[in-house]
Amino acid sequence: MPKDHGIGAAQKRREDVRFLTGAGKYTDDINVYGQTYCHFLRSDVAHGKIVSIDTSAAEAMPGVVRIFTGKDFEGVGGLPCGWLVTDKNGQPMKEPAHPVLAQGKVRHVGDPICAVIAETLDQARDAAEAIELEIEELPAVVDMRAALGADSARVHDDLSDNLCYDWQFGSDQAAVDKAFAEAAHVTTLELVNNRLVANPMEPRVAVAEYARANDETTLYTTSQNPHVIRLLMGAFVLGIPEHKLRVVAPDVGGGFGTKIFHYAEEAFVTFAARQINRPVKWTATRSEAFMSDAHGRDHVTKIELALDADNNFTGIRTDTLANMGAYLSTFASSVPTWLHGTLMAGNYRTPAIQVNVKAVFTNTVPVDAYRGAGRPEATFQLERLVDKAARELGVDPIKLRRQNFIESFPYATPVAVEYDTGNYVATMDKLEEMIDVPGFAARRAESEAKGKLRGLGVNCYIEACGIAPSNLVGQLGARAGLYDAATVRVNATGSISVMVGAHSHGQGHETAFPQVVADMLGIDESMIEIVHGDTSKIPFGMGTYGSRSLAVCGSAMVRATEKIINKAKKIAAHLMEASEGDIELKDGRFSVAGTDKSVAWGDVTLAAYVPHNYPLTEIEPGLEETAFYDPANFTYPAGAYACEVEVDPDTGKVTIERFAAADDFGNVVNPMIVEGQVHGGLAQGIGQALLESCVYDENGQLLSASYMDYAMPRASDVPFYMVDHSCATPCTHNPLGVKGCGEAGAIGSPPAVVNAVLDALNHAGHAVAHIDMPVSPHRVWQAMQG
Amino acid sequence: MTKVTMTVNGKTVSKEVRGNMLMTEFLRDELHLTGTHVGCDTSQCGACNIHVNGANVKGCTIFAAECDGAEVGTIEGQANADGSLNVIQQAFQDHHGLQCGFCTPGMVMSAAALLKENPKPSEAEVRHYLEGNICRCTGYHNIVKAILAASGQDVSSIAAE
Ligand code: FES
Ligand code: FES
Repeated sequence: MPKDHGIGAAQKRREDVRFLTGAGKYTDDINVYGQTYCHFLRSDVAHGKIVSIDTSAAEAMPGVVRIFTGKDFEGVGGLPCGWLVTDKNGQPMKEPAHPVLAQGKVRHVGDPICAVIAETLDQARDAAEAIELEIEELPAVVDMRAALGADSARVHDDLSDNLCYDWQFGSDQAAVDKAFAEAAHVTTLELVNNRLVANPMEPRVAVAEYARANDETTLYTTSQNPHVIRLLMGAFVLGIPEHKLRVVAPDVGGGFGTKIFHYAEEAFVTFAARQINRPVKWTATRSEAFMSDAHGRDHVTKIELALDADNNFTGIRTDTLANMGAYLSTFASSVPTWLHGTLMAGNYRTPAIQVNVKAVFTNTVPVDAYRGAGRPEATFQLERLVDKAARELGVDPIKLRRQNFIESFPYATPVAVEYDTGNYVATMDKLEEMIDVPGFAARRAESEAKGKLRGLGVNCYIEACGIAPSNLVGQLGARAGLYDAATVRVNATGSISVMVGAHSHGQGHETAFPQVVADMLGIDESMIEIVHGDTSKIPFGMGTYGSRSLAVCGSAMVRATEKIINKAKKIAAHLMEASEGDIELKDGRFSVAGTDKSVAWGDVTLAAYVPHNYPLTEIEPGLEETAFYDPANFTYPAGAYACEVEVDPDTGKVTIERFAAADDFGNVVNPMIVEGQVHGGLAQGIGQALLESCVYDENGQLLSASYMDYAMPRASDVPFYMVDHSCATPCTHNPLGVKGCGEAGAIGSPPAVVNAVLDALNHAGHAVAHIDMPVSPHRVWQAMQG
Repeated sequence: MTKVTMTVNGKTVSKEVRGNMLMTEFLRDELHLTGTHVGCDTSQCGACNIHVNGANVKGCTIFAAECDGAEVGTIEGQANADGSLNVIQQAFQDHHGLQCGFCTPGMVMSAAALLKENPKPSEAEVRHYLEGNICRCTGYHNIVKAILAASGQDVSSIAAE
């Protein structure tokens, strides 16, 4: 019998009513009295020297309040990078300055040069056109291999080359060399992980307001982590004490990683509002989003797998070039290293693994975490490689995977992470049942009868979520801790506000979080509200990304609720003149064990706030508790995915016919929300595999800067998905046993799709070893022509 | 500036507007109806879908001045008279057809227009009709399911909530 409330219930979302009636409050819906409008003049060349900027004519234009240039930011901090990676030679990575407005040089198309503030947006745009700008175009560096060449132009003149760091990690060199020297078979694969744009449907917006009377600044911004933005902006960029800076991220229309980072525009409006003493609003257009939101992925990799004579994996060696773009975005440096290299073992026992990553500066938009961040890249390499190995060896790809699965837990991989729980055999069993492997031959015959090719592709994935222990990430170079915080504030009449550091931008926290607290207290969910997204209301927070909402912040909420229960029991004991140890809480009532004495939740909360008969010498009045929770480990969701495609041999067009996802997310609080998260991830992964690509020409012009040129998945590009999360092995180190589900679909689906396409082509006699994503009709058709 | 008069969600409004003012700006900035969202600048995303004289129209492709005299419907006018969710809105909630909610007003407006034209669409017809609406969150599964359910069709065999 499915539950209808509490943990495990598919509760309908309470936030939906406002979204469905147009009553949501997104950042662009916020207008502040007296506000001005900001328009950025951005570079239209990828690389150039700023020779001169003349704003005099523009300043005289109607409605112009002020024009800012890089000069106004001399002496102001630049945008910091939050993660220091150490080179394999022990050197710290190179950290070039990232000014708020370009200084001296522009380094990518979209780099902001000037900001015009005017009474209306039209006036700001008109004035921007009157700015006289002389830029001497320089040769642009776009291709990563070329960027590393000795004679390459340099993105940053003060650096000796375009290499940010050369990072190496994993088993001893000797162990890896031995595995490859002794291998019965080695499979080698070179591949590209295509650059993507996250494209949340809501473009970024920032509105800043300054109250000179008390020197307080409020920034409304489309962010996944308002406290982190406050910290970075306060401490590093603008030097405003945190108590004088409030950051609010109201309803946010999707993030997928791209709204984690601290951006120039939000620092700019905050700075400018204080300078001109008027509110400043900036709203990105979509084209602006394409050239100013951090991009994702963009790896070029060579990976090798060593197998022994029995087809056991004995070694993995991978070399990746990771594009950083022109500047280091907030978490850019951690993505190809600690979020990618450490997942290279996948679901398999491979004793020797070595990962090398060279991070490269180019004249492109900065690259940072996008849904999955590093894990999709690792999974794509490994799962394409395993599939290629199976084809070369003539063994069944499912069988080869099963044979090499990790089966005993905890399991310490050669790349530094320890998986606490998992059951990869069970998820693969489930997957085979869902996709109906035995029925595939008949479905293939049916496709063939229509003149189509059919392929079945399978893969596994594992990811590290719920990031993560502060002491560990500190050793790895993180400049922040990754705990989270929650305050449970019980009101006199028993209703509850829970202030959480996690930020909801589509994940349904307002519904799922109360389910947990209601379950613990045995009261109705309608008594509980969730407050998030405002630094003035919540204790602290590290935000939402990497599936950390429930695993980390939810655990903080559990700890705070436990403190509430402890104190409430003391009050109840006093009210019933019983001993505290005898008090039990069940269904919202406190009772004395072994008696019929009980008091309701509301009576206890009232006593806490109306302490007429109250042991004031022993217990403080009030009922409010805060907890900070720092996890002991990452969580390790895992799964197995299968995709069936039809390929049109005449055009190369690929159609997804069936898709199945069997995931282990540990315990699940709201299955409806979890399944929705998987669906969304699948569409993004399928988008990457078949459609999406961010394309630059050799001069660094961004060719895909609108929805006319960047192919977003639409309703007819995807099928109904089959998803399952019943093979759950609960996480052993957080109180909820949850692992996280947000990235799974985007990690697990690209290799399944590409493996399926290659299965279709190879079965039809086209010996195609690999096709890079997006597997467009053009690329498929070309591959079929041999 | 020209003066326009139109009916928006059943209420007559009159305003002076700039000739180049889009309906999205008119609704959001002049009437404070912020449910109509702007997700792109190339008329591709459908976050701005509204109804103009019964037709499903992208609010970012039509000037306010062109709507002089028109009957305009937005997401704010979709709920039942008593404020409860209409059948389509309710189906979106029941089947989790939204996550961040940003594409949602446009999706609901498109769904309403589709079901008026074609009261019992097939799955393929729903997907085809939504070509002009992008959702980045839901993977479309639950949106398509919600629209089929709103049309009164049995969706119990479609996987997942
Ligand atoms: S805003 Fe109108 S279609 Fe995107
Ligand atoms: S619900 Fe977020 S874009 Fe559709």
